[in-house]
Amino acid sequence: MKRILVSIKRVVDYNVRIRVKPDGSGVITDGVKMSINPFDEIALEEALRIKEKGLAEEVVAVSIGPADCQQQLRTALAMGADRAIHVQTDAIVEPLTAAQVLKVLADREQPMLAILGKQAIDDDCSQTGQMLAALWQRPQATFASKVEVIGDKAQVTREVDAGLETLEVDLPAVITTDLRLNEPRYVKLPDIMKAKKKPLDTVDPASLGVTPVEVVKAVHFEPPAARSKGIMVKDAQELVAALRSKGLV
Amino acid sequence: MAKVLIVAEHDGSKLNPATAKCVACASQIAGAEISIVVFAADPAAVASQAAALLGVARVHTVANALHAQPLAATIAPQLAELAAGHSHVFGPSTTFGKDLMPRVAALLGAPQISDVMAAESATRFKRPIYAGNAIITVEIPADRQIVATIRVASYQPVATQATAAPILAVTPAAPVPTHTRFVSVTAARSDRPDLQTAAKVVSGGRALGSAENFQILYSLADKLGAGVGASRAAVDAGYAANDMQVGQTGKIIAPELYLAFGISGAIQHLTGIKDARTIVAINKDAEAPIFEVADIGLVGDLFQVVPEIEKLIAQSN
Repeated sequence: MKRILVSIKRVVDYNVRIRVKPDGSGVITDGVKMSINPFDEIALEEALRIKEKGLAEEVVAVSIGPADCQQQLRTALAMGADRAIHVQTDAIVEPLTAAQVLKVLADREQPMLAILGKQAIDDDCSQTGQMLAALWQRPQATFASKVEVIGDKAQVTREVDAGLETLEVDLPAVITTDLRLNEPRYVKLPDIMKAKKKPLDTVDPASLGVTPVEVVKAVHFEPPAARSKGIMVKDAQELVAALRSKGLV
Repeated sequence: MAKVLIVAEHDGSKLNPATAKCVACASQIAGAEISIVVFAADPAAVASQAAALLGVARVHTVANALHAQPLAATIAPQLAELAAGHSHVFGPSTTFGKDLMPRVAALLGAPQISDVMAAESATRFKRPIYAGNAIITVEIPADRQIVATIRVASYQPVATQATAAPILAVTPAAPVPTHTRFVSVTAARSDRPDLQTAAKVVSGGRALGSAENFQILYSLADKLGAGVGASRAAVDAGYAANDMQVGQTGKIIAPELYLAFGISGAIQHLTGIKDARTIVAINKDAEAPIFEVADIGLVGDLFQVVPEIEKLIAQSN
């Protein structure tokens, strides 16, 4: 079956203003709104569009993390994923661990594409997709803004520093999504009801032969250095004068 | 002793300044021996620029027509092979480095530290998380090889050294995969300074209203010798090209002067400009969050203010 694997990370919602705990032991996440990582939502949307074009038959959403991740997987199912796999663990999941888990699932599910967000908005690592591609020994097309599946290949346009780069990759391949790839659909109420009946398997990382290890130890968290209070000027003349006094124009 | 291998970013003839910033980061590690590797079809010109960077002990070159385009899939296996014997492998946190380095890390079974803003020791690093709203210090066991991308906005390029480092051609045995092929690149034509290295940047938001209206910013930028950036909202709306986006998911920049016109200042944008020396904000909305980080703020209509600034600057020159 032509299948697409999509990874879904549960993260602090985009709109939450993050604060560091006073003792520097972490950031405050108690009681804050959690959501699907926005880039993963774009990844899922792209997978659904490829399926809706008749180029794939099944979309499988995967999330790795604590029991609460099932909320995000249910949302993914409501968006249109056919089934979900929850790799349940309370351990810290580093990108390399996530890639190892996804590699095992890729071997098992044999997808034509694995689509991931280009980064998670919590740790901002931007690693897992590339790591999966390396372990799976398959092509990667990161930061995608356009994806075209043509037979056993895909043409992917990537947002790079210089502009837009297009790659051709043999399938199966890993794609990571940039912001402008698509606009994810809204979930409708009947879909939420339907999603409750879709299959959601829970597995242990150990059953996949992966043991999460914490190699990168968090030592300390701090807020970013604050900028000193600025001045307000009343017009362009004052503005240019202020810039001139700083030697900037 | 730390041995750091840095992968050079270049366009085939010129070394990208991001590489000299990676050297600056590596130089923070006491006693580090620093090597650079250049993958290219013809690496000679780039290698001699790399050899001139202060603190570089040697430059390796890998000449291969397949490296004419810097693709992660083709470079990674060879870079991973050359990484043997090095404690650290660094690349810039540009789209080149972000694409390549995790692939190398996975091949090495090594952890990656993304966006290093300070190397406190060979095993302890600082990096931003949550769009720069928190800074985390991380520690990696000393016996682990470390892959890292270096946040270019956090470093100044190193100076040049009097005696150039030796340049050595190497031929990695790792085969170059052919499953990934370069098709084309469309670079937005620009004679303006590159956003990531420009000393001055003029930037526009959704308030510009159209791609045509961005012309007033280009005109001002040309008077100032500035690069031009944009907020995500302006890029999404099609007013500006994607490579102009500044912020968490776009470019992180650190110019001397950042002029933000009609940008409200979402946290995702602010993370891209926090390292600018002087931030100037012009916005109609006095409550816009951009004013919280601005060194100089002006509440006003940008369509009126921009031409005025341009005129005043022309007068003074």
